[in-house]
Amino acid sequence: MCGIAGLFIKDPTLEPELGRLLAQMTSSLCSRGPDSAGFAIYRDSTPGFSKLTFSAPEGTDIAELAGRLADALGHGTRVATRHTHAVVTLAPQDVARAEDWLAAHAPQATVMSAGNRLEIYKEVGYPDDVAKAFDIAEMAGTHGISHTRMATESAVTTNGAHPFSTGADQCLVHNGSISNHSSLRRELKRDGITIRTENDSEVAAAYLTKKMRDGETLGEALTSSLDDLDGFFTFVVGTENGFSVLRDPIACKPAVMAETDRYVAFASEFKSLTCLPDIATARVWEPKPATVYFWEHA
Amino acid sequence: MPVVDLAKTSLRELNAALQKLGADTNETSWTVLNPSGEHAVAAGVDAPVSITIDGPVGYFCGGMNKHATIVVDGSAGQGVGENMMSGLIHVKGDASQSAGATGRGGLLIVDGNASARCGISMKGIDIVVKGSIGHLSAFMGQSGRMVVFGEAGEALGDSLYEARLYVRGPVAGLGADCIEKAMREEHRAELYRLLEASGEAGTVDVGEFRRYGSARKLYNFNIDNVDAY
Repeated sequence: MCGIAGLFIKDPTLEPELGRLLAQMTSSLCSRGPDSAGFAIYRDSTPGFSKLTFSAPEGTDIAELAGRLADALGHGTRVATRHTHAVVTLAPQDVARAEDWLAAHAPQATVMSAGNRLEIYKEVGYPDDVAKAFDIAEMAGTHGISHTRMATESAVTTNGAHPFSTGADQCLVHNGSISNHSSLRRELKRDGITIRTENDSEVAAAYLTKKMRDGETLGEALTSSLDDLDGFFTFVVGTENGFSVLRDPIACKPAVMAETDRYVAFASEFKSLTCLPDIATARVWEPKPATVYFWEHA
Repeated sequence: MPVVDLAKTSLRELNAALQKLGADTNETSWTVLNPSGEHAVAAGVDAPVSITIDGPVGYFCGGMNKHATIVVDGSAGQGVGENMMSGLIHVKGDASQSAGATGRGGLLIVDGNASARCGISMKGIDIVVKGSIGHLSAFMGQSGRMVVFGEAGEALGDSLYEARLYVRGPVAGLGADCIEKAMREEHRAELYRLLEASGEAGTVDVGEFRRYGSARKLYNFNIDNVDAY
């Protein structure tokens, strides 16, 4: 089944409320995906620095691990931890070094995201509990996407939860099922795209990353996916400044959107939107099949 | 005049109470508060009562309805009035996909838009949508009437049987075996009665609607049509 919520804020005065609203929207989708939950939040960037989010299994001393990573990277690296995740603020040229260091010294850790602004928090458990453990409600940001998971294609693990990030500041959540993910995964890996799990949705994320790496815009990459992905899907995709929605040509999976002067919101069910300000006067519609919707901050 | 607040009473209790009502009940006017998008609100009612739901509902609201008048003062999720047998369901907001799916009788009114697959496999229900409808609406519609004040999406009436479709606005595309048909006097009269039943007699002009129906070429398997399957 799975549930998706997404919020793209247009009015900067609403940015401090992003986490609170997104957590509330997600809360009403718990029954659609009680296995696990995840949140991608586009937060502040630090000029001249990048961000890397990684997770480690519960029981790992994440602060100690993040501290060792910071020591290894050296001057200027800062770390902050939340529940099972750590966010490392580091020089852009150190992102690859950090990934290599984690692979060598902490193979149990997984890189969730890298980029200027994106932070991803995801964990196994009831979505409300996951949101609370990471204190999503207190996070400010410009846009965010969340997912509640009812697993179909792969195991219920932290790494199998959504959102998936396969490129800098890119993330994707998916409701549906993709049939040709095995063959696509092989092709994408051969093309040098990093894919960490056996999950079908990560392949969709990786597909978009590859298309954008090869010069397509997000809109073009999503249009291409209609030809190349076999299955049914509703995608919500985030980039550093953008927010996009696509449904398959049959529009199997539910989707409803709302827009006001202050925000654009997406949810699997309307009840998830009812907590938003001025929802009674918002323009509410269901996205058309095989149609790319895209919003971007200037 | 029972008032049930779903913030305090469980949905299961509400539906059990509604489903217990018989034809001779004296509790004929119900109000449901705080539906908050719950699924299956007032599903399976079989009594001539009126139920007003104050807010948005989730999936399958009023499903299988018999005799009851259900008013949703808000929007409705997937499958509102699915397989309804008789009675009236009036959604004052928008309806999500598969509104009135497989409905066998009664009238479903949507004041706003209905999305994809509205009236899919309809079997006798009447559906009046005052806004627009999404793609694949009236797919395999067997009988009943659908009236749309606005536009229809792609593949309207795909594999249609005998459901009759009246659309005022543009149609993005007709599905297999669905064709436009002439509006004769009997159709104008039929449409007027449906507008009357939905409180819109005189507010929209019957002459602005076009009629769509089955070309009756795909009813039975015919080897000459194999490319169309």
